[in-house]
Amino acid sequence: MKITILDYGAGNVPSVERALQRLGVESHRTASPECISKAEVLLLPGVGHYAALVRALDEKHLRAPLIGAIHRGVPFLGICLGLQVLFRSSEEASELRGLNLLPGIVSALPPNVKLPHMGWNQIENKRESSLLSGIDAGAYFYFAHSYAALDSNATTATCSHGAEFAAVIEQRNIFAVQFHPEKSGDSGVRVLQSFLRLAA
Amino acid sequence: MSLAHRIIPCLDTDGERVVKGVNFVGLRDAGDPVALAARYNAEGADELVVLDIAASRDRRPTFLETIRRVAAELAIPLTAGGGIRTLEDGRAVVRAGADKVTVNTAAVERPALISELSREFGAQAVVLAIDAKRVGDHWDVMVRGGRESASRNALEWARIGVAAGAGEILLTSVDRDGTQSGFDVTLTAAISGAVTVPVIASGGAKSPAHFVEIFREGAADAALAASIFHDGVQSIHALKQFLASHGVEVRLSC
Repeated sequence: MKITILDYGAGNVPSVERALQRLGVESHRTASPECISKAEVLLLPGVGHYAALVRALDEKHLRAPLIGAIHRGVPFLGICLGLQVLFRSSEEASELRGLNLLPGIVSALPPNVKLPHMGWNQIENKRESSLLSGIDAGAYFYFAHSYAALDSNATTATCSHGAEFAAVIEQRNIFAVQFHPEKSGDSGVRVLQSFLRLAA
Repeated sequence: MSLAHRIIPCLDTDGERVVKGVNFVGLRDAGDPVALAARYNAEGADELVVLDIAASRDRRPTFLETIRRVAAELAIPLTAGGGIRTLEDGRAVVRAGADKVTVNTAAVERPALISELSREFGAQAVVLAIDAKRVGDHWDVMVRGGRESASRNALEWARIGVAAGAGEILLTSVDRDGTQSGFDVTLTAAISGAVTVPVIASGGAKSPAHFVEIFREGAADAALAASIFHDGVQSIHALKQFLASHGVEVRLSC
């Protein structure tokens, strides 16, 4: 199995690569539409501004091949912004269109708490989750974001910071996490392991 | 279920070697940032900060190599900085493997640096480091390694920095730094109350009780220290157990 990392030019891709390497999995990063179309397993790590990701997807002509691959059933893992871009749009850049693979939008977390939501937080299992199998109920994950999917029916686990939001999303071959598994110590490694097992 | 208070060890380097607070670490090579990073990652540190306190231009490639080697050891976030003057400097640090960039003196001189970095990497990746020193009834911002006053109110500067796009404040009390007399609770509570982003308290840590105090009374979201961790006096795991037993929410790894 080879993991294709969609590298749109922002974010800390090396940390994801290293995490996969430690798990003994081969990965390569790409921003080529052809490579995305041919991918066996897709990973989209995203950090920074929503607009930067969406613009990069369009400028590099990656939107159609990405949606096509996911529709064909290619296992997909989105991280942080890689989760948010699955929805129709985000309040961070409401004029831009997301991938619209999941219904709903991404909203700003309420301003009555410190933002960004930055640091280690616990999550709450809401439904049967394959991604979280083998993970202790009290496990902490590393979050760094100010926007979130507050209401998605694909949510399998939530986290709370000012409001409850989707921490883990699972729908058929679409998997996504709002936290950074590659930065979340052993718990994060286990989530990546689960994804690899599901993708195999 | 809420956000854990973070414990962050800091490596002050000359670009290549840890140069502060490394009397004894129980490591064969006490000043090796890579060995320390591996140890802190295993001990349950929540993040790691690595600074180039010399920040000389010609040693920059060495520092970037240090970031690469440190990042390779970590499964936790890495913040790097020291001498970041331009967007290009920030890019180099992120490309080398840092998740966040700290800016200090150059941001005071040119606040647009904060917005430039924030636009490119997001607010969560921009840490505004403020060195504050008490002057009468307020705190002044100090620059150039805490040696020179910028004649600027620290509270105001924190607000301006956040408005410009900083996603976090790394607040060092120049009065307490190196004294081991405890964090500056008054300063930290004042800054934490003045901004909407998380605040990392730094300067003066010695005992576990100091950490309880800065989280409870100083409203810090995270606490940073260097020498007490490096010299092996305080293990991060034991510190977190102490905090948990005093009702402070922390992430305890098993």
